[in-house]
Amino acid sequence: MDTLQVYLILAAILFSLGMFAVITRRNAIAVLMGIELILNAANLNFIAFARFGGMNIGGHIFALFVIVLAAAEVAVALAIIINLYQNFNSINVDEAQQLKQ
Amino acid sequence: MNIFLQYTLLIYFLPLIAFGVQIFIGRRLPRQGDWVSIGAVLATLVLSIALFAGMLLDYNPNFKQNFSFTWLETANFKISMGFLVDNITIIMLLVVAIISSASHIFSLKYMEGDPRYSRYYAYLSLFTFSMNGIVLANGFMLLYMNWELVGLSSYLLIGFWFEKDSAANAGKKAFLTNRVGDIGFFIGIMLLFTAIGSFSYGDIFAGVAAGKITGTLLTLAGMGLFLGAVGKSAQFPLHIWLPDAMEGPTPVSALIHAATMVAAGVFMMVRVFPILSPDALIVIAYIGGFTAFFAATIAITRTDIKQVLAYSTVSQLGYMILAIGTGAYTAAFFHLVIHAMFKANLFYGAGSVIHGMHHALHELDDHKTDAQDMRNMGGIKSKMPVTYWAMIISSLAISGVPLFSGFLSKDAILAGTLALVNRTGAHYILLFFGFGAALITAFYMFRMIFLTFHNEPKKPKIFDLIKESPTAMLIPLVVLSVLSIFIFYTLPNFNPLSDQGWFTHLVEQHESLVPGHINPSVHEIEESLHHSHFPAMITSLIVAGLGLLLAWLMYFKKFISAEVWARRLKPLYNLSFNRYYIDELYDKIIYQPFLKLADWVAYLDWDVYDKYFINGIGRVTEWVAKIVGIADYEGLDQEIVDGFGRSTQRLGNSLKKLQTGKIQNYVLYAAFAIVILLIIQML
Repeated sequence: MDTLQVYLILAAILFSLGMFAVITRRNAIAVLMGIELILNAANLNFIAFARFGGMNIGGHIFALFVIVLAAAEVAVALAIIINLYQNFNSINVDEAQQLKQ
Repeated sequence: MNIFLQYTLLIYFLPLIAFGVQIFIGRRLPRQGDWVSIGAVLATLVLSIALFAGMLLDYNPNFKQNFSFTWLETANFKISMGFLVDNITIIMLLVVAIISSASHIFSLKYMEGDPRYSRYYAYLSLFTFSMNGIVLANGFMLLYMNWELVGLSSYLLIGFWFEKDSAANAGKKAFLTNRVGDIGFFIGIMLLFTAIGSFSYGDIFAGVAAGKITGTLLTLAGMGLFLGAVGKSAQFPLHIWLPDAMEGPTPVSALIHAATMVAAGVFMMVRVFPILSPDALIVIAYIGGFTAFFAATIAITRTDIKQVLAYSTVSQLGYMILAIGTGAYTAAFFHLVIHAMFKANLFYGAGSVIHGMHHALHELDDHKTDAQDMRNMGGIKSKMPVTYWAMIISSLAISGVPLFSGFLSKDAILAGTLALVNRTGAHYILLFFGFGAALITAFYMFRMIFLTFHNEPKKPKIFDLIKESPTAMLIPLVVLSVLSIFIFYTLPNFNPLSDQGWFTHLVEQHESLVPGHINPSVHEIEESLHHSHFPAMITSLIVAGLGLLLAWLMYFKKFISAEVWARRLKPLYNLSFNRYYIDELYDKIIYQPFLKLADWVAYLDWDVYDKYFINGIGRVTEWVAKIVGIADYEGLDQEIVDGFGRSTQRLGNSLKKLQTGKIQNYVLYAAFAIVILLIIQML
């Protein structure tokens, strides 16, 4: 059971779930959480490749970077969500349709 | 600078300056500037007399001065123009100056009060300038230019009273008829130029002598030159313009259409005589002889005093041309000079009579009676003695009566004709023409004198009011009458029957360059002339006397009734009265077919070409334009250009729906796209 494929499949499921959340959730926080899932799916892949694919320490370092990036991204995203709320009086992403114009 | 060049330059350009002054500021000058023109022409008279006196004092038969400058130079040829001064030139300059001065002075009174008085003098000056150019030219280039210029001034002066339709038409007719002759003249000049490469007389004579142009070509060139003379000197069949030209003022008729311009053709033939081939000469002789006779027969039945003189001029010019054709060309030149004097005098006399008639008619307030019709005159002798005597002297001169100048030259011409007949033993008809014309000339001249001056006045009312003309008009009459008397030409010979005198020896006959049976060496011509002189003189005296007698019996004594004879010779009378129907003939064979042709061409152009072809092209174009318009608007614009826009719009509209503005949709599309890309990659 301890093979690359298993981790990759798990990561793919995780990524798909995250993607699903990003696409379907109306709540901006939930969308953000989906993004976190996608990032973690990527992390899982990096770790898996570090273990089985010969990426070695590089994979770990990338995973660490992604965690840091995720933290920064959360900070920025939350700021955006707050702004969204202030503008639309809601954090429902459906209502933020101004890109259309 | 050579004194001759100075004189000739002055003689040539003074009248031109007068013309310039007159035409631009003449009206604003005191007396409308007539003194400018008269001053210029009198100056040329003085200079001409000086030249003439110089020539007489130091007489040299071969005197010749040639001034030439290059007018045009190209790689292939060079055209020079310049003056040639020899004895002929000097005599001719004097003739032009005398007659021109006389006309200027005569016009002072004759043209007084005319609304275009200064314009009239301007034209006279222009004429004098161009006539002097013809005389002075040393080659055909300058000659031809001035030839056309005299044609122009003649046109302007014939049509001077252009308010009258007849005058305007006469000017046009003169100009167009002269064009016919001038085309021949031009062809003749060009034939010579092509063969010899120069326009100057000297080069052309040298070229002909060197045989650069011979045979038929030379004859054709000579005939071309002669055609120019036919037009300008009103020879048959181009004589029709000269009688009509009498529509111009009478001093103009005297100057241009009697004495100088019409003699230009003869003058030119005298100049080029050495290169005329025998074949050309015989044609010239026949045309001249026929014209002399033919015009004289027309003159018999004219009733207009100026028309008589006009046909008489044509006839006398025919004499001169005849003399050239017979080889006795100095006789032609001699007759030219003498004829200029007496014919101008006759015209001034006629002008004086017409002037008197005009004044009388004016006082009677009669605008219908023709002042020129001899049927309204008669008995004027007592009222106008000076005019009468001047006319008598000139008429005696033209009739060839001894003691008067015409006798000398006419006799020389007739002797020349007789000499030709004796030399060749043929061409007898020329004798008939010559002597016949002499008889008729005497007859019609005295018919005119008797009708005008003698017998009972036909219109007593007019007669009572006629007065002698003013002095300005009598001076030319007196001067020219004096110059029509023989002693001026025959000194120191006082024998009235002599044909010799200082004047007849002024111009020496030159050897022909292409001698033949018509024009043998000068020696032979003079020999035969000498033998022919006496019989010719006797015959001409007899015929002139006969003509005079006939006129006296018919119109003075009324012994023979003119009316009865006119009826008896009805067909001949009609021919003469209708001028041999020449004008009608030209009308029928030239003008009418030409008009018809013009009509037809106009029809072709307007009704066929314009209507069907040009308009057709227009219609087809319009039709094509409509189709193209439809195709462009309906097809291209509506379907393609607009269609492009519409389809873009439609596409945009449909694509617009994709752009929901929802980030999640975009992410979804991106995910789809990636999936699709992955699938493509896997395939």
